[in-house]
Amino acid sequence: MDLGPYLVLATLEGAVTAAVLALTAVGLSLVFGVMRVVNIAHGEFFMLGAVLAWWVATSVGGHPALGFGAALIAAPLIVGALAMAADMTILKRLDYDPERTIVATIGLLYIIQQLTLMGYGPEARPVEAPFNTRLAIPWVEHGPEGWQMIWPWGLGTTTYKLAVIGAAVLILCAVWAVMARSRLGLVMRATQADREMAMAFGIPVERVYAITFGLGAGLAALAAVLIVPIQQAHYLMGADPLLLSFIVVIIGGLGSLPGTVLAAVLIGLSDGIISVFFSPTLAKIIATLLVALVLVFRPQGLFGKRAT
Amino acid sequence: MPMPPFRPPIWGAAMLRLDRIGAGYGRAQVLHEVSLEVAPGEILCLLGRNGAGKTTLMRAIMGLLPLMAGAVRLGDVTLSDLPPHDVPRAGVGYVPQGRRLFSGLSVAQNLDIGLMAGGQGMAMREDVLDLFPRLRDRLGQAAQTLSGGEQQMLATARALCLNPQVLLLDEPTEGLQPSMIAAIREVITTMRARGVAVLLVEQRLDAVLSVADRVAFLEDGKNGPVIPAATLREVRSIAARYLGV
Repeated sequence: MDLGPYLVLATLEGAVTAAVLALTAVGLSLVFGVMRVVNIAHGEFFMLGAVLAWWVATSVGGHPALGFGAALIAAPLIVGALAMAADMTILKRLDYDPERTIVATIGLLYIIQQLTLMGYGPEARPVEAPFNTRLAIPWVEHGPEGWQMIWPWGLGTTTYKLAVIGAAVLILCAVWAVMARSRLGLVMRATQADREMAMAFGIPVERVYAITFGLGAGLAALAAVLIVPIQQAHYLMGADPLLLSFIVVIIGGLGSLPGTVLAAVLIGLSDGIISVFFSPTLAKIIATLLVALVLVFRPQGLFGKRAT
Repeated sequence: MPMPPFRPPIWGAAMLRLDRIGAGYGRAQVLHEVSLEVAPGEILCLLGRNGAGKTTLMRAIMGLLPLMAGAVRLGDVTLSDLPPHDVPRAGVGYVPQGRRLFSGLSVAQNLDIGLMAGGQGMAMREDVLDLFPRLRDRLGQAAQTLSGGEQQMLATARALCLNPQVLLLDEPTEGLQPSMIAAIREVITTMRARGVAVLLVEQRLDAVLSVADRVAFLEDGKNGPVIPAATLREVRSIAARYLGV
C-alpha cells in the first residue's frame, strides 16, 4: 500500500482523537475563561464519565444502544452535578483564588481517582458501541490500465467512529449556540469580562461559576462516554486527556473557544498521523514542544488576547 | 441633544441612607463612620482629595466591599444585608470609575445585562436610547471599540436600563471632551427630574457646581461638612480647604 492510504487512515484516527479532545478541552477552556480556575481535576471528570458510562450501560443491559444511550445522558449529568457540588463546597470557600484552587483541584484529582479505584477496581472495562459496522474506504491508484479504484486491505473505519466525529461537531455547535445566543451564555461572558461588574449588575456570580464548573466537567464526561467504546474505562485514563487538553488550551489561547477547537483539531490530527507513522510518544513530545514554542513566542496562544 | 420623552418621576421613591458605615480592604479600614443621605430627585456630590475614600464608598454601597460597621439602607430595605448581586435589583444603578464595560460584548448586550438586572424590557431600552441616541447606531458594535465618550454614555445607559431609584456615578466626566461632558450632565439632570437620587463623585469643581444640589466632603475616610451647592459657589475657600484647589 502507498503512503496515501496510510495518511487517510491516520487522518481518520486523528479526527476521532481531535473530536473527543475538542470536547474535553472546551470544557477546560470554559472553566478557565469564565472562572480563572485551572482545573487540574478535569481529566478525572473525564475518567469518571467513562467509568459511569460502563456502570450505567452494564446496569441497563439489553441492546447495547439502550445502555449506551442511557450512559450518554446519565454520565454527564451525574459528573456535572458532582462538579457543581465540588465547586460549592471547595472552590467557593477558597473565593476562587487562582493559586489555591490549583492545589485544591490537585487534591480533588486524587480523591476522585482513589475513590474510583476503591469502588470500580483497577481493571479496564469496555462499553459496547451501539453500532459498529466496518466501512472499507476506496483508494484511487494509477496502474498499467490507467486510474482505477481499489479497496486496500486495512483502509477503513467504523460507523461508530464517524458518529463520534459527527456527535462532537453537533455538541460543539450547541456549546457555541449557548455561549453566543442564549441568556446563560451572555451572563457567562459578562462574568468572564468583569466578575465585580457582573455582580454590580445583578448576576449571581457564584451560581454562574457553579454552572460553568458543572458544564465544563459535563463536557469532559460526554467526551469520555463517546470514546469509551473505543478505549475502555480505566481509573487512570484521565491523565492523557488532561495533558492534551492543557496543550490545546494553551495553544488555542486561554479562554478562547474557537482557538481551543482549532488547536484540538491540529493536535488531534497530528497525534493521529504521528502515532500511525512513528509513535504515540513522539506525538506527545512534538505537542509539548509546540506548547513551549507558543509560550515563548506567543504566550497568549494563537487566538487568545494579550492581557492588558 | 433633543429632550427625551417625558416619563413621570417616581416620586415617593426611597431615600438612600448610609448610617455610620465603615469599610476597607482586608484589615485596612478606609471609611470610618460615614453617614450620608440622598433624597429622591436630588443630586448629592461627593468631593474629596485623592485617597479620601470616595470610590471605596461607592463600592461599599454596592456591596462589593463588605461593611466593617454600620448599614446602607434604601427606604425600608437594608442593602448591606443583601448579597451583592441583589443590590442592583433593589434599585441601585452604578456607573463605575473607568467605565468597566463588559468589553467582549456588544453595545446591545451591555444594555441587555442592565435590563436583565432590573427586570426591564425593550421599552426601557428605547427610553434609555432616547437619552443616548448616538448609541442607537452602534448597538451591534463591540463595546471596546467605542470612543471614550461613547463608552461613558454606554456605562451610564447600562445603569439606567435598571430603572434605578438611586444612581451612583463615579467620575463620569473623567477624560471626556466638553461636548460629551455636557451630554452626560444633561442626562444626570434629567434623572433628577425623574425623581432618581443621584450620588455623584466628581473631581471637576465646575462640573459639580453646575448640577449638584448639595455637596458632601469626605476627608481621610471620614465625614466632612455637607453643604448646599449654592454655598460652595459663594464660599470657594471651603473647596480650597478640603480639595486643595
